[in-house]
Amino acid sequence: MLNVSNVTKRFGGLVAVSSVDLEVNEKEIVSLIGPNGAGKTTLFAMVAGFLKADEGRVDFENASVLGMRPHQICQLGMVRTFQITQPFAGLTTLQNIMVGAYSNTSETDRARTKAEEVAEVVGMTSLLHQGADGLTVAGRKRLELARALATDPKLLLLDEVMAGLNPAEIDDIVTVIKGIRDRGVTIFLIEHVMKAVMNLSDRTYVLNDGKLIASGTPASVAENPQVIEAYLGHGAAEAMAEGA
Amino acid sequence: MTNFRSHLYFLLLGAIALIILPYFISSRFYIDVLTLIFFTAYLGQSWNILGGYAGQFSFGGVMFFGTGAYVSSILLTTFGFPPIFGIFLAIMGGALLGLIVGYMSFRSGLKGSYFALITLAFAELLRVLANSVEFTGGGVGLFLTYAPGLSNLQFETPVGFYYFALVLMFISIAIVYWLESSRFGAQLVAIRENEDAAEALGINTLKCKIYAIMIMGAMGGAAGTFYSQKYLYLDPPIAYSIHLSVEMLLVTIVGGMGTIFGPLVGAFVLHTVNEVARHFIDTPGLSLIVYGLILIVIIGYLPNGLIGAFKKKEKKSGSTSLDKKTSRGDS
Repeated sequence: MLNVSNVTKRFGGLVAVSSVDLEVNEKEIVSLIGPNGAGKTTLFAMVAGFLKADEGRVDFENASVLGMRPHQICQLGMVRTFQITQPFAGLTTLQNIMVGAYSNTSETDRARTKAEEVAEVVGMTSLLHQGADGLTVAGRKRLELARALATDPKLLLLDEVMAGLNPAEIDDIVTVIKGIRDRGVTIFLIEHVMKAVMNLSDRTYVLNDGKLIASGTPASVAENPQVIEAYLGHGAAEAMAEGA
Repeated sequence: MTNFRSHLYFLLLGAIALIILPYFISSRFYIDVLTLIFFTAYLGQSWNILGGYAGQFSFGGVMFFGTGAYVSSILLTTFGFPPIFGIFLAIMGGALLGLIVGYMSFRSGLKGSYFALITLAFAELLRVLANSVEFTGGGVGLFLTYAPGLSNLQFETPVGFYYFALVLMFISIAIVYWLESSRFGAQLVAIRENEDAAEALGINTLKCKIYAIMIMGAMGGAAGTFYSQKYLYLDPPIAYSIHLSVEMLLVTIVGGMGTIFGPLVGAFVLHTVNEVARHFIDTPGLSLIVYGLILIVIIGYLPNGLIGAFKKKEKKSGSTSLDKKTSRGDS
């Protein structure tokens, strides 16, 4: 469904993403993990059209989306959320979600019905008429998810929707994400919360210093020495092996 | 549903009151002041669509007014083209100018103060241009002949212009009323609140912003025809005066940006304050100081304008009108 090949992004002398290849297949939940500054969000931004790749190809459903603007990519069925939540602060939750719903209909009543439906899916029904600026962190993360979902995407790009949530809230949102997948939406997510990554993903890619260093099932990736070193520092894998 | 109904009745009552008002006012002065209030409210509303709803503050809104005024006036003086049709060409001229300015500035990503400055620059450019070319009459200006009649959009009594301005204002309110409940309006507000998020959710932000400035331009163009037919004279300093650019944003900010009645409330309050200060204070210039002080107080203490202050009170005693609007379908 999504094919990224040989994508590179440079900021001046810094190579933020270096010839990355990856693919996401239909109905999968694929995660992208890696230490802070690894280039995960930059990669997302290129896929969703917010940044232009310096090299490589990004294909969605076998057609190149490189050079398209974000709204065009969204209309094709691929939509992203933001790591730093970007609510329409002056509007209510309902109005926020309706903006997403309007991408498929010009009728206000239909957009409202769709928004209410989506709010139910993500568990925000009771917050519909509350101002978005008054939502908690968990509420804002859900709102990001709801707005994106309201555009009826085929592929959902979730950028750290669990960061800053407590364990109970994480369990809630994991359930919500599974529910979304069961409705037929493919999911590609960036996540730091390992428990959720293990629990959710069919496959995982690991990015470090802009390069892909591992991929596979979450369990195999977690045992990969290179991955452990990326997270814990040089020599950590050996130390852990000795300790065990 | 009852909420919405009573809202509509209230609106209808207000409209009827304004329509029959001239039958109770014999003073030419008051009719003229009210005409000016409607005219400013109308221009404020045009600014409100781009500034209040789409969040793009322009500082050269007068350029559409001036261009519309020149379009219909030149057509009248050179070709004898009747202003009742000329006003539509003025509208198209304003919209076209909006398209050009919007495309050039939004395409290159100008926002905030940069956008404000580029619109100011466009207005100034047009003023200098109008001064130096021949077909605008240059610095001498254009004199229109007084020939009352509907085809000339000129009227024998001030009441005629009162209704002309009132119709323009009603149309502007209808446009914004439509915005409030339409997809296009929601998209503009989304752009105002967060442009990146709007773009991510499938909104063509460039197109929406250009449409918004074209609507503003079209409205400004009609205002130009109104003005030139009422005052029968046009020169570059009038057509492209910074004062009018400021006035249209001022009435909107004072009344409340992004609200249906903000520009009307702002225009009413500011004109009233201005007239009252002039009437009661004899020392020359002092009335302007009082006017300025009141402006400072309103803008300093009511950042959301007069309507915003009113809404806040309403919020404390229940839900906001914004809530009511969006939930009216299921109530």
